[in-house]
Amino acid sequence: MKYTIPLAAVLGLVFFALLGSQIPGMQYIFGVVIPYAAVLMFIGGFCYRVIYWAKSPVPFKIPTTCGQGYSLDWIKRDRLEAPVNSLEVAGRMFLEIVLFRSLWRNTKSEVHAGPKLTYESSKWLWLFAILFHYSFLVVLLRHLRLFLEPVPFAVGALEFADGILQIGAPTMYLTDATLLLGLALLFGRRVVNRQVRYISLPNDYFPLFLIAGIAVTGILMRFFLRGGIDITVIKTLAVGLVTFHPTIGGDLGAIFYAHLFLVCCLLAYFPFSKLMHMGGVFLSPTRNMANDSRMKRHVNPWNDPTIKPHSYSGYEDEFREDMIEQGIPVEKELPKKADDEKVA
Amino acid sequence: MYDGGKIITGLILFVLLVTFPIWYNHGNAGAVPKVELPKVAKECVLPASEMRTSHMQLLNEWRDKVLRTGDRSFDVKIGDKEYQKSLMNTCMQCHISKKKFCDKCHSYASVKPYCWDCHVAPVE
Repeated sequence: MKYTIPLAAVLGLVFFALLGSQIPGMQYIFGVVIPYAAVLMFIGGFCYRVIYWAKSPVPFKIPTTCGQGYSLDWIKRDRLEAPVNSLEVAGRMFLEIVLFRSLWRNTKSEVHAGPKLTYESSKWLWLFAILFHYSFLVVLLRHLRLFLEPVPFAVGALEFADGILQIGAPTMYLTDATLLLGLALLFGRRVVNRQVRYISLPNDYFPLFLIAGIAVTGILMRFFLRGGIDITVIKTLAVGLVTFHPTIGGDLGAIFYAHLFLVCCLLAYFPFSKLMHMGGVFLSPTRNMANDSRMKRHVNPWNDPTIKPHSYSGYEDEFREDMIEQGIPVEKELPKKADDEKVA
Repeated sequence: MYDGGKIITGLILFVLLVTFPIWYNHGNAGAVPKVELPKVAKECVLPASEMRTSHMQLLNEWRDKVLRTGDRSFDVKIGDKEYQKSLMNTCMQCHISKKKFCDKCHSYASVKPYCWDCHVAPVE
């Protein structure tokens, strides 16, 4: 059930677009209105989520340190795993965002003869994630050729490199295959690995199916269902969308609308889902804080500034009489005694 | 908001990056390519709409078949004339200009077919 419902949802979206786009007059809705609405939801929702997170106070300094922290100068410290300044934090963040470094800490526990329990780094997750994310990035950047006129050299070069195998016409792209492979592996991991399967939810499967749906409809459109796929009409629509004069200059195949509709669903769904880790990775306090709690005082931002610090000596000053009366030891005796003696 | 300066700067950069196509084109969608149609022939080997979407698959098929079997026959007749599987002797006989026909849409859509790695493009 955990994956049948998301799968049915994605198939439902595909059929909705396939059929809906064939109703006369609906092309403008599917080709122009829904894409604009989806992009607005994506940008608006993304900003809303980031600002919402920015408003949350971080009460404590909570970087996850996984190496030797700053200590005596003859103890070798780990600058990336326990960064103490902004530069080291930036290095750590950069490697996290670009190379998904923390996924190397994905461990697998195994019981060997003995019995001996081991925790070994299981780098499969890292490999699948790298494969998927970079394929998706290249696919995304390649699509810029449809939105930019004239097409910049870099986009053409990327496309050339991606189609370097020159298989078929239109040329097959390497990233089409690696994107699907990455998705299949990430999905397989959730099904095969018992522990991950147990904690997987429908909203873990839905994005996988949705992105797979985008990839499959795109591949079908490019290589197999070419009826009504006139690239100049598609580019005119895409460039029209980003110059705010969208026109649909011909009959486009239903598969194009299915592809576009799934992309719109992804954009609209993005800010309200786990996919927001794209923005969240920059804002995670366990990554972006320096491990300098012994050098700089971290003030809890929700502290009430009208409540002043109350030291123990101040406390004793306030309650000394009562404390002595109750037999509680005090650091400083009552000064009264001296006065009493004088009087006596 | 905490660390507002950094976060808002990042957010602005993100929005600028996402809307990059808008800034890049700055409202100018460019001209839709207009290809120069042959002056003599009125009909192509397949209907125009099919050629527009699938000519690359047809050419790819032709290339493979001709290279592997040497058989250039292509059972399409327009009027009395029978056509061969040939880029240079069929397509380019009517569509005489590469620059005014092929390149128009190809450069618009950033498509770089490798036909001309082997074939010699007409001198223009």
